[in-house]
Amino acid sequence: MWTAVVTIASISLAAGLLLAWARSRLPENDDAVADRVNDLLPQTQCGQCGFAGCRPYANAIVAGSAEIDRCPPGGYDTIRRLAELLGREPRPLAVPGSTTMSHSVAIIDEALCIGCLHCRDICPVDAIVGAQRCMHTVISSECTGCELCLPACPVDCIDMVTRA
Amino acid sequence: MSEGAPTYDLGKLHGGLRLPAEKQASTSRPILIAPVPAQLVLPLVQHVGQAAEPVVGIGERVLRGQLVADTHGSLGAPVHASSSGRVAAVEPWPVARRHGQTAPCIVIECDGLDQAIDTTEILVDYRELDPVSLRQKILQGGIVGLGGAVFPTAQKLMQAATLPLEYLILNGVECEPYISCDDMLMREYAADVVGGAQVLMHALELPKCLVVVESDKPAAIAALAHALGDIQDPRVTLKQVPTIYPSGGEDQLVQLVTNREVPSGGLPSDVGCVVQNVGTAAAVQNWIARGEPLISRVTTVTGDGVASPLNVLVRLGTTVAEIVALAGGYTERAQQLVIGGPMTGKSVTTDLVPVVKATNCVLVLSELPAVGDERPCIRCGECAEVCPVQLLPQQIYWHARADNERKLREFGLTDCIECGCCDLVCPSHIPLTADFRRAKARMRELADEKARARRARERFEHRNQRLQDERDKRDSELAARKDAARNAGPDAIAEILDRARHRGESDKDEDS
Repeated sequence: MWTAVVTIASISLAAGLLLAWARSRLPENDDAVADRVNDLLPQTQCGQCGFAGCRPYANAIVAGSAEIDRCPPGGYDTIRRLAELLGREPRPLAVPGSTTMSHSVAIIDEALCIGCLHCRDICPVDAIVGAQRCMHTVISSECTGCELCLPACPVDCIDMVTRA
Repeated sequence: MSEGAPTYDLGKLHGGLRLPAEKQASTSRPILIAPVPAQLVLPLVQHVGQAAEPVVGIGERVLRGQLVADTHGSLGAPVHASSSGRVAAVEPWPVARRHGQTAPCIVIECDGLDQAIDTTEILVDYRELDPVSLRQKILQGGIVGLGGAVFPTAQKLMQAATLPLEYLILNGVECEPYISCDDMLMREYAADVVGGAQVLMHALELPKCLVVVESDKPAAIAALAHALGDIQDPRVTLKQVPTIYPSGGEDQLVQLVTNREVPSGGLPSDVGCVVQNVGTAAAVQNWIARGEPLISRVTTVTGDGVASPLNVLVRLGTTVAEIVALAGGYTERAQQLVIGGPMTGKSVTTDLVPVVKATNCVLVLSELPAVGDERPCIRCGECAEVCPVQLLPQQIYWHARADNERKLREFGLTDCIECGCCDLVCPSHIPLTADFRRAKARMRELADEKARARRARERFEHRNQRLQDERDKRDSELAARKDAARNAGPDAIAEILDRARHRGESDKDEDS
């Protein structure tokens, strides 16, 4: 009987040690996974998912506090890729919202702009330049089309146009 | 010299097709010099790269050869007025392009005087210029590759100049059926072609030049041999290649005449060669020797839909309708208008499109393209057999339909030269080339999106970092002040109280 007990115990010990070693050696901590999730997200930084940008949403997905179906600009393609990466089931988009953001950019009607800085401060990628009481403008090559500046503008002088 | 020109072994070129040439119709007459039209339409994009920026105002009078739109951005070519007149508008106009029906154009109402700008300041002997300034000068001539790719010539030279080079190859192959503009140009302007070759060799300090012509153009070969005999330049050699489509493709030509294979994703300059079309060389000579920028070109007007096919030397910006009229107009059988050749051309629905730098041929056909008789792929492998780049079109086709980017890359879609051979041999009439073009465009789009996403991520991270730094700084300043207050001794407190009292007194003084 003792032979059996010792054999089983030593196998368990060996397996345990192996697992511990593997855990320390393999790089796949949550941060690395979140990096890869973040790479699949469109980087619009629009916040339609309910998080303050793509990276926070990626962290939430990896932490298990958010589903993979909350990114409208990424659309179903992004959901499918996320599902593939994380070994989850793809599911339809759960958040209604704009899915065509990557095709549009914001443009400021410079005649109407009062230089209030609200849009500049809210832009998640610093794509708006301007100073107090001076006209603002959008660096269209850097604009992600997130539309966050639209509600921020007190004089409604920002429009979304199709990316050239 | 032409007798001694070696003919190359076809074994060096994979696939390809022997196509009926259909060139006799348009080569039986000399090049007709087209009259100056009443109106010129000059698109701002007639080249690979960014659109040129207009430098003239509406109503301004311009002269022939005057710069009307300048290079904008890192890759591009300027546009010059093809005749004298007044700028009437800068507006969208129908053009023959793969993407989009219209493009912004400068419209010039010609005054018929055809007055040229003063060229005395432009003209210098190119041999007195160092290669770098000669390349800069070529850039100002608005010259682009006239073989069809319209890549800005000067920038091609500048890119190539950074690598060790051996050969300048002048491409006079013109392997696509119907097109004969290069053939006629070589026959009638052989001296310009050869002169241009010398300028280009100087611009790149190249030791050797091969002028390559397809074997079915004996008249052009004779004319070139004569012109070469006149200049007695031992660096320049005339070569013949067999008549097979698409031996005139840049990479294919390099392989045929030098037996060097251009690597996947690479350029001929990676194997020491620079390929220029013969028309481009003539345009370079015209600019350097006569100070005339690229404002005209030879264009073939042909097909069984025009009355008398011919080649015309036409001002850029003339509408296609006008040069079709020079060829006797449309016949009753005319059905389809193609800008470019039958293999790589683009079908258009209006003849109001202007002749641009890329327009080597206007083809009017009596048959409409067969639509809707596409059948499923039977995996016969004919397409792989004829592919000059040795791709597997049938495999790429599946992956293109499935939008599988990784597989498309793996199977070398980016190396496809869109020659159209696979379309022609496909027994199921699958429009493979069109599919590949779409898939390439999609791949470019995805790559753009990826690059944009990467930048957006970096900017987002930088911004967050900046906001965090600002918060940290504020917090630490606040903490420092709190600390200072907490550590202040009784003296400091007394001092503060004293100050407060004094302030109170001075306030009272002011009140009274």
